[in-house]
Amino acid sequence: MSAGFHELEEAPPLMTSRLEGDLLEVSMGPQHPSTHGVFRMNVALEGEIVRKLKPVFGYLHRNHEKIGENTSYLGSMPYTDRLDYFCSMTNNWAYALSVEKLAGIEVPERAEYLRVILAELTRLQNHASLLGFLLSDMGAWGTPLMYAFREREKILDLFESLSGSRMMCDYMRFGGCRCDLPPGWMERARKLVDGFPRFLDEFEKLIVSNEILIARTQNVGSLSSELAINAGITGPMLRACGVNYDLRKVDGYGFYPRFKFRVPLGDHGDCYDRLMMRALEMRESIGILKQAMEQLPAGPIINPKVKLRAFKPPVGEVYGRIEGPKGELGFYLISDGSANPYRYRVRPPSFVNLTILEDLCLGHTVADVMVILGSIDIVMGEVDR
Amino acid sequence: MSGQVDEGLRSELQKQGIWVTSTQELYNWGRRNSIWPLQFGLACCAIEMIATAASRYDLARFGGEVFRPSPRQADLMIVAGTVTKKMAPQIVRLYNQMPDPKYVISMGACAISGGPFKQGYNVLKGIDRYIPVDVYIPGCPPRPEALLHAFMELQRKIDGQKLTGEKKAPFLDRKQPSEFPVPAFGAHDLEPPANPDVFRPPVVERT
Repeated sequence: MSAGFHELEEAPPLMTSRLEGDLLEVSMGPQHPSTHGVFRMNVALEGEIVRKLKPVFGYLHRNHEKIGENTSYLGSMPYTDRLDYFCSMTNNWAYALSVEKLAGIEVPERAEYLRVILAELTRLQNHASLLGFLLSDMGAWGTPLMYAFREREKILDLFESLSGSRMMCDYMRFGGCRCDLPPGWMERARKLVDGFPRFLDEFEKLIVSNEILIARTQNVGSLSSELAINAGITGPMLRACGVNYDLRKVDGYGFYPRFKFRVPLGDHGDCYDRLMMRALEMRESIGILKQAMEQLPAGPIINPKVKLRAFKPPVGEVYGRIEGPKGELGFYLISDGSANPYRYRVRPPSFVNLTILEDLCLGHTVADVMVILGSIDIVMGEVDR
Repeated sequence: MSGQVDEGLRSELQKQGIWVTSTQELYNWGRRNSIWPLQFGLACCAIEMIATAASRYDLARFGGEVFRPSPRQADLMIVAGTVTKKMAPQIVRLYNQMPDPKYVISMGACAISGGPFKQGYNVLKGIDRYIPVDVYIPGCPPRPEALLHAFMELQRKIDGQKLTGEKKAPFLDRKQPSEFPVPAFGAHDLEPPANPDVFRPPVVERT
């Protein structure tokens, strides 16, 4: 038989012999309640202890980059929604930012403020649902997820009234945003932001000093800051190890330098720190949202000089990045002057953060693998693309 | 059989505290109100599936909140998301592992036809090429209400299934297959590219 197109599909066996050393090979996924989609791990166990772990990717490979090279620049915008399907707004922003950098497009002030507001709302709903899923993986089946999704639905309502879709917003455009706020939107958003700390207080009361949660997460999956930096880990996972690196501060894209906020840092880099990092970041997001809503100016929503149809940027290459809820989300584009990008590459945060999974899991029990995987915060749409 | 009990007589008896029913009605009533879906998400639509089961939309009102991670305990497979060629064999295998009677909801554009990723080289152009689908939900992703509607449609379908006679439900017919061949990886594509026993696309006659 000729070489099959899925020749690499079957991962090589982890052991030469299954009897050797009494290791037991377990295949977890792709259909598994806690793998956050169709992710598969081949785990070699000694008793309950993980000795080897090999991730198997590609069960959701949807040819995102190839399709991006075959469609126009604007045509890729709806596809970016489906990369990380929790955070369509930040994906849109990262892509729009890259193209704006490539073509040198100015963004009006109101649009920049709206982008900040929507990105922070996205961060809130991503982190809230992550906490729900993570607790669900730990065995708190149902209840925390229900609480988290109750809050998420309120934010999705705002997205829906703004863009017409709950999840796949497709809201940003090169040089601004697609449409202005509908009447009454800002009041609803303000009410939501004012009410959000109540949810956080309630949630933190339930989890922070919960004995089971502490036993399951503290000193589990500890990540050293050296390894994190060497492996290119970004986002809350990096900051949980105590590395002060937040692109909102470092790059200062958008209007983030205008807002006062702190970057929370952990020090152990274990699952508990990663979990609390999300809770603390949500509080900072609320602060940014309040400032942005106060300062939101009137004005045009999109740069009128941009021709969205038959959009042809000049020849060049560009890398645009933003601090997504999961980490550094970047788009690398090479333009040859035509209507389609010559090369379209996504730097997905959850894929890069997932690369150190084996280092985190070795020596822990198989039950901890799910907690560690949950604390990394992956979305398979972004990992496999 | 329900046809043999007069509706007027039945409601008259109900007033007297006597409830008359048939085995088929009782059986289908029980089945349709406790559909256990397979806990199995593929892509974006899975998040809407979770939202449907979560607090606001509350799938439990229709008896479908018991998501089972094991196919052996599931009645319904919700194919929620893009089916890639790498994933398709696993889906068919999961379907084969489910006990009869089993149902399939094809949720979202990708599961129906490949959706926005149809032009991709690695995306299966619809799960109905390999397994029979009962309800299709369009949308990218469909709203939770759409999934609830599909659930109600499925309940209606289960309610109408006959236990005996000429038109009895397919799962009671021993000649009907309940397992389908799992596609294998060939040189360029999945082999076979579609199961001809299942996949019957409409023929468009052009004049």
